[in-house]
Amino acid sequence: MEIVLAFVIGGLFAASVYMLLRRSLVKLLIGLALLSHSANLLIFTSVKLTRGSPPVIGMNATALREPFADPLPQALILTAIVISFGVMAFALALAFRAYRSVGTDDLDRMKSTDD
Amino acid sequence: MILAIAVLSGFGLAFLAPFLTRRLGNTAGLILALLPAALTIYFASLLPDAAGNEPATFSFPWAVEMGILFSFRADGLGLLFALLISGVGALIFIYAGGYLKGNSNLGRFYAWLSVFMGAMIGVALADNILVLFVFWELTSISSYMLIGFEHERESARFSALQAFLVTGLGGLAMLAGLLLLGISGGSYELSVLLQKGDALRADALYIPAVALILLGAFTKSAQFPFHFWLPNAMEAPTPVSAYLHSATMVKAGVYLLARLGPALNGTDLWFYTVGGVGAATMLVGGYLALTQTDLKRLLAYSTVSALGMLTMLIGLGSKHALEAAVVLLLAHGLYKGALFLVAGALDHETGTRDVTQLGGLFSKMKLTAIAGGIASLSMAGLPPLFGFISKELTYETALEYGSWLTGVVVLAGLFFVFVAGAVGVAPFWGKPKQTPKSAHEAPFSMWFAPMTLAGLSLLIGIFPVPVSGFLVSPAVSAAIGEATTVKLKLWHGVNTAFILSMSTLLIGAGLFAVRDSIRRGLSKLTWRWGPSFFYERSLDGLNTLARGQTRFLQNGYLRFYLFTVVFAGTGLAGFTLFARDGFHWPEKVLDIRFYEAMLAVLILCGAFFATISRSRLGAVASLGVAGYGVSLIYLLFGAPDLAMTQFLIESLTVILFVLAFYHLPQFTQLSSRRTRLRDIFIALLAGGVMTTLVLSAVGIQLHDSISPYFAQNALPLAHGRNIVNVILVDFRGIDTLGEITVLSIAAVGVYALLKLNPHTGKDKEGEGE
Repeated sequence: MEIVLAFVIGGLFAASVYMLLRRSLVKLLIGLALLSHSANLLIFTSVKLTRGSPPVIGMNATALREPFADPLPQALILTAIVISFGVMAFALALAFRAYRSVGTDDLDRMKSTDD
Repeated sequence: MILAIAVLSGFGLAFLAPFLTRRLGNTAGLILALLPAALTIYFASLLPDAAGNEPATFSFPWAVEMGILFSFRADGLGLLFALLISGVGALIFIYAGGYLKGNSNLGRFYAWLSVFMGAMIGVALADNILVLFVFWELTSISSYMLIGFEHERESARFSALQAFLVTGLGGLAMLAGLLLLGISGGSYELSVLLQKGDALRADALYIPAVALILLGAFTKSAQFPFHFWLPNAMEAPTPVSAYLHSATMVKAGVYLLARLGPALNGTDLWFYTVGGVGAATMLVGGYLALTQTDLKRLLAYSTVSALGMLTMLIGLGSKHALEAAVVLLLAHGLYKGALFLVAGALDHETGTRDVTQLGGLFSKMKLTAIAGGIASLSMAGLPPLFGFISKELTYETALEYGSWLTGVVVLAGLFFVFVAGAVGVAPFWGKPKQTPKSAHEAPFSMWFAPMTLAGLSLLIGIFPVPVSGFLVSPAVSAAIGEATTVKLKLWHGVNTAFILSMSTLLIGAGLFAVRDSIRRGLSKLTWRWGPSFFYERSLDGLNTLARGQTRFLQNGYLRFYLFTVVFAGTGLAGFTLFARDGFHWPEKVLDIRFYEAMLAVLILCGAFFATISRSRLGAVASLGVAGYGVSLIYLLFGAPDLAMTQFLIESLTVILFVLAFYHLPQFTQLSSRRTRLRDIFIALLAGGVMTTLVLSAVGIQLHDSISPYFAQNALPLAHGRNIVNVILVDFRGIDTLGEITVLSIAAVGVYALLKLNPHTGKDKEGEGE
């Protein structure tokens, strides 16, 4: 399964790089969203995958029973998801404001604020 | 210890100078001069020890592992230099008070002058060559600040930068040379290196080390072809020209050559390079002086010529030559310093420095005229002045090396006589001329300094014995590396040198008499391709290169930066991965189930359609498909928290995009087909390298995981059953606080961007509705 995920990560990364290289600001933002998916999956695949056993201690148990999914990357990804949403919201607002002020979403024409 | 305090006291004075100047105004110079005066007395008190070959030393372990000691050593040569620096320094402090009277930046001037004095004394007395380098660079920096003192003028800024670049680049070369010297000698202590002369000369590093050190010394001492910065440095106030660019700083290169002589001289390389460059500089400087009409530039070119003569003598390297060099160093410091100060007084009192406009001022400026007259006679080499002794010694040395060298030195002697007459005699005698300001005697502060220097020229000339015993002998001993005694005499009898000296005077006086026609004749010959032409060209070239490179690398296109980063990153990572044989097909992986594989295909399809979709909504919907797919992956592999969060966030993101689209333009195809193909290539390359990396990295565990710690302690320590939540809110609670802060800032930012309209934005909003 790791092999399949490796291809998913690579595919998402390729798509995001292509979108990041576009001139349109909105496409760039879509690329950013794809990039964060790719990065999160990368963290997720960096440890041994486990099916269907979340790292939660049952109500009557006192300790986790093997096997269980590694909680550490999950904590990292959880943070990353939330932060990337914050970035995305801010970037969208910025794009909106930039379009209002400059009148274009073409990055090549945003080099100067003079006209 | 006192030695170190004495060396560093100049820097302390630099801090005090602005406050003292603010308090005391123009009389501050008299108070500030007390320190250099005290230093002069202190250094003089060290002379007997140096003469007895037991110089005062100071050593403090600085960076011992790298062989750097903060060490000073006051031997004869160093003390001669230190005395020149502190003695002339004291007079310059007094003089500057008169010359720059009422200048609002006098405090800053004194501060930099103090820094320079401290740095220069450091150069003279440092025993560690790296400490010497630090002080050496400090003199360049203070010189930059002092040449550019009147920074409102562009020419002053240009000259300051030019002097700094030439001497600074030379200084860097010298640092490399000194390091090579230290490597081949196994020590950075001068006192050690000077004992190892034979080993150093035989070392393979000898030639590069000497070449680099000479580059430093030649640039600092304005040797041909680096001489051009010194006349331009005359933009500095005259006290600075007298002090830095005549008596002391420009002699630092000469000093270094004399200092390192025992370790490096005696080879053909040294003899021909140092001697040859010195002789060339001597003639070029003297020749260029002939055409000048500006007092200070005249003096500057003759200083270049004298520096060339010093360098040449050190290149010859015999005992007689070094004797002549040491005496010339001292004599030149005294008479040239005095002449500069006289020139400054003339400029100050008459308003012009043009020799063709000055004449007959003796009756109005008697004291200045007397000082100038004595100094110029010393420069011309008339008995019984010190300059005469110096000239005799130089001629005697030249005679030892044959007729061609004698001819060259005599020619330089003619230039000296010419300049001496033009600066020290011509302005005061002959027909009185109209000057921009009506001339009158300079104030005390401004005639005292040149008078003292000129008086010393006379005094030492008549009584040379104490100076030769206490000052010249130890210095020459240090320069040749063995104890020796020098006996200076005013009268050597009528010998070849004397006859040459007298004929120089006569012919020089003859040349001086027809100076106007010489000037007219020579000024027609001008060079366009001089060294300063190359300096300006290379400076322009450097600027053009910098502009072009900046425009290329920082062209303002975000895509270009991304492209560079991604391409370089994947290229390097991919290359390393394959070159180092880092790729391994993963083993011990989880089996693949059909529905999981379908999910993976779904995500990839989502990503693919998000990139190719022509409609904005289609792209965002595809993005959503990919996002929900990812959250399902989380769910399947034991991460329900992630799945929930991802699901929620994905929905919000899609909604946000759709809301934003309402205000944003439609997708249009902006890039050309070629650009798109290039980007597809880059994207596929990056994705491929990423997949390969992940495949290689799966199953590699470099360190023990810390996850079991969280799993075991979540319940007993934090009383939580959901380990992921416990990590976030308890074990790593502060991190989560940081995350919340970031989110709040983003929220504030979004609010500000949406709600707060700059007034220009408001107009556009109005148009839109």
